[in-house]
Amino acid sequence: MSSGIVATLARSYASSTPQRLKAIDAYMAFCVAVGVLQLAYCVLAGTFPYNAFLAGFGSAVGCFVFAASLRIKTDPRNARQFGGAPEAAFAEFVFCHIALHFVVSHFLG
Amino acid sequence: MGGSSKVLGLTAADQASLLRLAILGLISVVAIGSRLYSVIRFESVIHEFDPWFNYRTTQYLVKNGFDKFWNWFDETAWYPLGRVVGGTLYPGIMVTSAAIYNALHLVNVPVDIRNVCVFLAPVFSALTAVATYQLGKEVKSATAGLLAAAFIGIAPGYISRSVAGSYDNEGIAIFLLVLTFFLWLRAVRLGSALYGALTATAYFYMVSAWGGYVFIINLIPLHVFALLAMGRYSNRLYVAYSTFYALGTLASMQIPFVGFQPTFTSEHMAALGTFGLIQLVAFAQFLRGLMPARHFQVVVRGALVGLFAAGAGALVVLTMRGVIAPWTGRFYSLWDTGYAKIHIPIIASVSEHQPTPWTNFFFDLNLLMVLLPAGIYFSFRELTDNHVFLILYSLFAAYFASVMVRLILTLTPIVCVMAGIAMANALEAYLDFRSSSNNDGGGSGDAAQPADTQNSSSTEPSGAKRMHGWLGRTVVVVNLMYFLWMFQFHCSWITSSAYSSPSVVLASRGPDGSQHIIDDFREAYYWLRKNTRADARVLSWWDYGYQLAGMADRPTLVDNNTWNNTHIATVGKIMASDENTAYELARRHDVDYVLVVFGAMLGYSGDDINKFLWMIRIAQGVYPDDVSEQAFFTAGGEYAIDDSASAAMRASLMHKLSYYRFNEVMGQHGFDRVRRQQLPTKVELSNFAEAYTTENWMVRIYKVKELDNLGRRHRAAMAFDGGS
Repeated sequence: MSSGIVATLARSYASSTPQRLKAIDAYMAFCVAVGVLQLAYCVLAGTFPYNAFLAGFGSAVGCFVFAASLRIKTDPRNARQFGGAPEAAFAEFVFCHIALHFVVSHFLG
Repeated sequence: MGGSSKVLGLTAADQASLLRLAILGLISVVAIGSRLYSVIRFESVIHEFDPWFNYRTTQYLVKNGFDKFWNWFDETAWYPLGRVVGGTLYPGIMVTSAAIYNALHLVNVPVDIRNVCVFLAPVFSALTAVATYQLGKEVKSATAGLLAAAFIGIAPGYISRSVAGSYDNEGIAIFLLVLTFFLWLRAVRLGSALYGALTATAYFYMVSAWGGYVFIINLIPLHVFALLAMGRYSNRLYVAYSTFYALGTLASMQIPFVGFQPTFTSEHMAALGTFGLIQLVAFAQFLRGLMPARHFQVVVRGALVGLFAAGAGALVVLTMRGVIAPWTGRFYSLWDTGYAKIHIPIIASVSEHQPTPWTNFFFDLNLLMVLLPAGIYFSFRELTDNHVFLILYSLFAAYFASVMVRLILTLTPIVCVMAGIAMANALEAYLDFRSSSNNDGGGSGDAAQPADTQNSSSTEPSGAKRMHGWLGRTVVVVNLMYFLWMFQFHCSWITSSAYSSPSVVLASRGPDGSQHIIDDFREAYYWLRKNTRADARVLSWWDYGYQLAGMADRPTLVDNNTWNNTHIATVGKIMASDENTAYELARRHDVDYVLVVFGAMLGYSGDDINKFLWMIRIAQGVYPDDVSEQAFFTAGGEYAIDDSASAAMRASLMHKLSYYRFNEVMGQHGFDRVRRQQLPTKVELSNFAEAYTTENWMVRIYKVKELDNLGRRHRAAMAFDGGS
């Protein structure tokens, strides 16, 4: 049963997702990987430079949710919920990133 | 409201926006103007206690620059411990003032930093009015926004903390609170990451300005959680909250006083949990779009069980290992009003932490309190995501405001907005002069877009049509106007009579109505400043610590920061001990002068004898063997200061310092005008020498005598000198 579910899921994802969104999804997966890596380090080696860990982890989480927001906004199926072009969503994405990494770089110490 | 008529070459829409701008300008002027009573009556002076600290740190910031301010270690406070100022304050208000000061000096306006500080709160109240207008417009209509702005401009609940001279965190924090909520609601309505980021920025500013930011970081997640629980998840909500939380949390940790708290204290866990929850919900939505419904159900069921087990396990483990800090005492006292009195007298001793008597609501909010339920009703009737927020905010703020007096401040903005909504609904219904045949009344508007409904008649209640007779209209509108007029009257009166006293300068009225200024505090502080060594340690109750540091510029043992309960209890113990013990303790703490505030001459009830019970209680909490509250009551259980007072009371340092030689001015049968008791007939003092007493005897300063040259007790030395 479960393998069946996963297989249907993969098939339907591959067939129904535009190329652009797949790119964003890859980026999001990368963010998750970076976050998990840092978390694992934190668990194994300790939290010592806690501010640096939080900055790095926060950056990964932030990148993930901003990308998720971008994905939601540029998904053609959601077009009716949000006014505005995909370019506007991308501008917001960039703005959020600048704000986030301003904070992150300050926090790295 | 004419269709195409032009006045001054402007279309009707332009006229309306011009009118709105003008009204908003006038509201700002009124908001600033009504806060200036204290400056006009007294002078441009910093008020009360905490503002003196803010003022002093601002001066330091302006003089020494940001880096030094950030790393400032103040060795004159909490002698001999000192205080790391940069890491233990909310720097928002100081940085704001310094920025304004520097900007003004850049354009060659040589304004004094004191005036920037004095007028900061009134100016920000005008900004609050603008932010409230935007909030009201966001949730209802421009009319509601204007009414809300007018209300908050003059509501005494907000004025109480923002008159000129009241240079405190709340002065700018309420503006930031309203601004954050306005940006949040807009972010939710538009699903805009940009507004989410702006919300986070406003939130960061708020965190830097006031500890009340915790209210925001719990209310917004609560809003999100409520929407999720109501099945109102939307992608807009996801975008808004994710952006806000990811940015806001990281930004809030930049303030040293907050530090890493957002990652491990209970106050911040709700936000984190909601963030996790909305990620899961969003992911579930994503999966649902990709798989058939029956598969989805299986996945959800499995995920729910797994998550619940993992979450509960993690919570138990983390709490047991002490990773997540339990709630702090101040927050417990929000749930159980008796908690502080038993466990943390230092918190309970502050009058603004007391539970609110109902009269305070009427006093501070008057008509608005009556309109609040009406506003909630109208919000329910047209329940959008934003209205859910308003309702939650109303309920929670109302609860907190009834637990603690000072939290009326956080209630005031929402009450103003709700009253604005209620009033706008009433006025829009009764002042709608379009004939009812024009009302097509088609459909019930798009509920998700409240801000767009302001011009359409579709959301008007059908009752409006029934009430179009001119008589009915006139009666209702005239009544409403009368109430508003009375409200305005009430506000000005409260502001002028209750909230415009600087409390460092007092005023009394003579029988002929003439004003008499009582300036004893500044007199005493100035005496200290001019007549004592620069490093002379002054011992006083903690209330006067900030003022001593600010006005007298002398080291103090304890101040209004109250971070070290033991130190405060020690001061309480000194005040409650008999003279010899107190002398020894005072010498051991390097005290040079002791300052007490004494109101018996004028009838000033906020003096140290009236606060004495709290000193005893706090001292008893730390030194239960040396101080006992019971010993200070008479056998009949009375709190007496006259000859019938208990032995411990009469022997205590506080009693002696207060009443020493007071007989000489009031006469042998004089009265204590605060306690309404006879004065004690005999007060002897040998280890402390009276150094200065102010004009109205309100502040008395004593010098701790040096040790006797011949090693005698001071009492014996005095007896010898007296020739007996």
